[in-house]
Amino acid sequence: MRHVISVLVQDHPRVLNRITSLFARRGFNLESLAVGTTHVPGLSRISLVVSGDDHTLEQVEKQLNRLIEVLKVTDHSEPHVERELVLAKVHVAGVEERLAVKDIQEAFRARVVDVAQKSLILELTGDSKKIDSFIEALRPYGILEVMRTGAVAMSRGERTLKVREKREAV
Amino acid sequence: MKGAEALLKALEREGVEVIFGHPGGAIMPVYDALYDSPIRHILVRHEQGGIHAATGYARASGRVGVVMATSGPGALNLVTGLADAFMDSTPVVAITGNVPRALIGTDAFQEADVTGVTMPITKHNYLVQEVNDIPRVVREAFHIASTGRPGPVLIDLPKDVQLSEFTGTFQVELDLPGYKPTTKGHPKQIERALDALEKAERPVLMVGGGAQHAHGELLAFAEKTGIPVITTLMGLGAFPGNHPLWLGMPGMHGTVAANRAIHHADLILAIGLRFDDRVTGKVSRFAPHAHTIIHVDIDPAEIGKLVRTHVPIVGDARSVLREMLKGAKPLKLASWWRQLEEWRTRHPLRWKPRPHLQSQEVIRAFAEATGGHAIVTTGVGQHQMFAAQFFPVTRARSFITSGGLGTMGVGLPFAIGAKVARPEELVIDFDGDGSFQMTLQELATVVKYKLDVKVVILNNGYLGMVRQWQDLFHAKRYSEVYLADSNPDFARLAEAYGIKGVRVERKEDLMKGVEAVLNADGPVVAEFKVYHEEGVFPMIPAGGAAEDMILEHPEEREEVEA
Ligand SMILES: Cc1ncc(C[n+]2csc(CCOP(=O)(O)OP(=O)(O)O)c2C)c(N)n1
Repeated sequence: MRHVISVLVQDHPRVLNRITSLFARRGFNLESLAVGTTHVPGLSRISLVVSGDDHTLEQVEKQLNRLIEVLKVTDHSEPHVERELVLAKVHVAGVEERLAVKDIQEAFRARVVDVAQKSLILELTGDSKKIDSFIEALRPYGILEVMRTGAVAMSRGERTLKVREKREAV
Repeated sequence: MKGAEALLKALEREGVEVIFGHPGGAIMPVYDALYDSPIRHILVRHEQGGIHAATGYARASGRVGVVMATSGPGALNLVTGLADAFMDSTPVVAITGNVPRALIGTDAFQEADVTGVTMPITKHNYLVQEVNDIPRVVREAFHIASTGRPGPVLIDLPKDVQLSEFTGTFQVELDLPGYKPTTKGHPKQIERALDALEKAERPVLMVGGGAQHAHGELLAFAEKTGIPVITTLMGLGAFPGNHPLWLGMPGMHGTVAANRAIHHADLILAIGLRFDDRVTGKVSRFAPHAHTIIHVDIDPAEIGKLVRTHVPIVGDARSVLREMLKGAKPLKLASWWRQLEEWRTRHPLRWKPRPHLQSQEVIRAFAEATGGHAIVTTGVGQHQMFAAQFFPVTRARSFITSGGLGTMGVGLPFAIGAKVARPEELVIDFDGDGSFQMTLQELATVVKYKLDVKVVILNNGYLGMVRQWQDLFHAKRYSEVYLADSNPDFARLAEAYGIKGVRVERKEDLMKGVEAVLNADGPVVAEFKVYHEEGVFPMIPAGGAAEDMILEHPEEREEVEA
C-alpha cells in the first residue's frame, strides 16, 4: 500500500540525513521525499511517500517519532490534497510534433516554460497519477529529461500539522 | 572563559564526577581545562575501554556515564561501545573533539564525520558550531540520554569552538519540542491489563532491563499477585534470583521452567523488554497459547514491533507498576504453580560432571563464597551464559553484560566502570580467554587507579561459543577457534602489570583458587583452566521454539539419563 506521510521537523543541519538513514537502516521503502520550510521560522515540513503494509507503516511512524527533531508525523489516510510538480524537456523535431505536444500540453493544462529550436520544457502540477499519465503521453515524442519533485500533501479542512505553542515543562 | 572550560562547567552542573577518556590533538583544550577542574578523569588505554567503562558506570549506578575522546581515530574507537550502549539502552554521553570548523569536510588530519558515522547508533548527536551553545547542548544531551528510553548521546566539539571565548549563560531552559516521552501509563489500559490478569489461569510476568530501576515495585507486585516471574539476560537482578516466584531466564539458554511457562502461558505481562530474538526464538511460534500479551514499555516503537500486543501500555516501568499495584489482587494460580514446580524440580539447571575443572562449578563456587553479593560483569560467549545461569543475581544493577550487541571485550571495562561507580562493592568479571584479550590493555587502568576488581578468566582455550555452534551445526569443523596454542600465561601477564595473578588447573584446587581471589587485597587476574569442550545447555537453536529445546549435548544424552 502506498502512503503519503507528512513530517514536521526542526530545520537543523542533518535532520534529513537522520530521516533517510532511518529508512535505509530499517529497510523501509521510500518512494519519494519532498522538503521545504514552513511559515514558522525554524520548522520544515517533509512529505514522504512510503509503501508497505500496516505493520510497516506503524513502525515508520513510530521510528520517525523517536527522532528528537521530529515534532509531528501524520499519515494522510484522511481526505487530503496531494500535488507534485514536474518539469519535462521534450524533443520536438518539426511543426507536426510541436503541434502534437501542444495538444498534450492543453489536455493536461501544462505550461510551456522554455522554448528552444528543438526542444520544449513543460511544467505541470497535479497528483502523482496525473503526472505519470502526462509523462506516458509525452514519451512517444522523445523525452530528453524529466524532473519530478515528489509528492507534497496536506489534509483537507480543519486538520493541521500544527504543534502546540505552549511547550510543556520537562 | 574558553569553550573548553564552559564544557566542564556545564558537565559539573549535570553532576558529573568522573569522565573516562583518552586525549588527543583535537580535544586538548578540554584536557587543558580539566587540569583545573574538580571532575575526576580516568585515563583508559583505548577509547573502546573508555566507553565500555562509562557504560559499566551507568549500568551500575543508574547515572549518566561520560566518555571523552579526540577526533577521527579516537572518536571512531567509540563506535562499538556506542552501539553497545544503544542496544542495551544505557545512558552515556560521549564527548569528542573535532578538527576546527574551517577544516570540517576537507579530509583534514584526523578528521572523520563522527556525527554521520554514529547517527544510527546514538539516541541523538550534536556537532556544536557555536561556543555559546555549549551549555544548552550539554543540558539537552544529559536530558535525552537519561530520560525516556535511555541511550547514548554524542557531542562533537570542533577544536576552535573549544578555544573560542564563551560569553553565553549557563541558565538554559530545555526546549525540545519534538521530545516528550510518556512516562505515565494510560489508566484505561492499566485497568484492562488488571482485568485480563485476574481472569488468567496461566500468567507469567516477563521482565527486561527496562525494569532494573523498578525492582522494588516488581517485588511488591509479584508478591501481591503470586505471579511467576521470568527475567531476561538484561533483566537479571531486577527481581531477586533466589526468590521462590522466580523461574529463571528465558530464551536460547534459558531454563526449562521459564521457556515452558512462556510456551503454555495464557497471558504474558512483559515489562521493559523488547522481545529480542534470543528471547523469543521464532516469533511465529512464541507463546502460542497466550491470548493476551500486555506490553509495558517507555518506547512506543517497541510495542508491537515484533510480537502482537493486545494491551499496549506506553510508560515507565516503575510508574506503571505503581499504578498496577493499586488494583492488583492475589491470583488463584495453585494448579499453574503445581505445573511450574514440576518443571522446575524435574529440570533444574545442571551440568554433566567431568574429571576436569568446569566453568559452571567455578561460577557456582564464587556464588556460594560471596552469597551472591557482588556486581558481576562478563565478556560474551559461553562463560557469559554460565554466569547468567549459575550466579544467582539478587540485587538490581548487579549483573552487567552486553545483551543486545553481544560485544566481546566488555567484561574488564564494565568492571572498571562499575567499581568506579560503586567502590564499596565486590566486583567480579567472569571473562573468556577470547573476550578478555579484546580489551586486556585496560589492566593498566586498573593499576593506575588501584581499582580492586577481580577478573576470573574461564580459560577453555577456545572461542568456546563459536566452537559449540561448529560442534552442533557445522559437523565439528572447528574453523579458526583454537586459542590455547597462542594464549598468554594470564597469571604472569597480570604480574607484568603488577597485578596479582592466580592460576587454577585442577578440580581439587578450586576452593583454594576462589579464596585466593576473594581474599586478595586489591585486583586479581585469576585464570581457571576449564574443560575444553563444554557446551551451554539447555539450548534452543537459533530460530527454534520452546519445544525445540535441547537439554544436553546429543552425543551425551544417554550417559546423562543413565
Ligand atoms: C567483538 C565480537 N567479535 C566476535 C563475536 C562473536 N563471538 C561470540 S561468542 C565468541 C567466542 C567467545 O570466546 P571466549 O570469550 O573465549 O568465551 P567462551 O565462549 O569460550 O566462554 C565469539 C567469537 C562477538 N560476540 N563479539
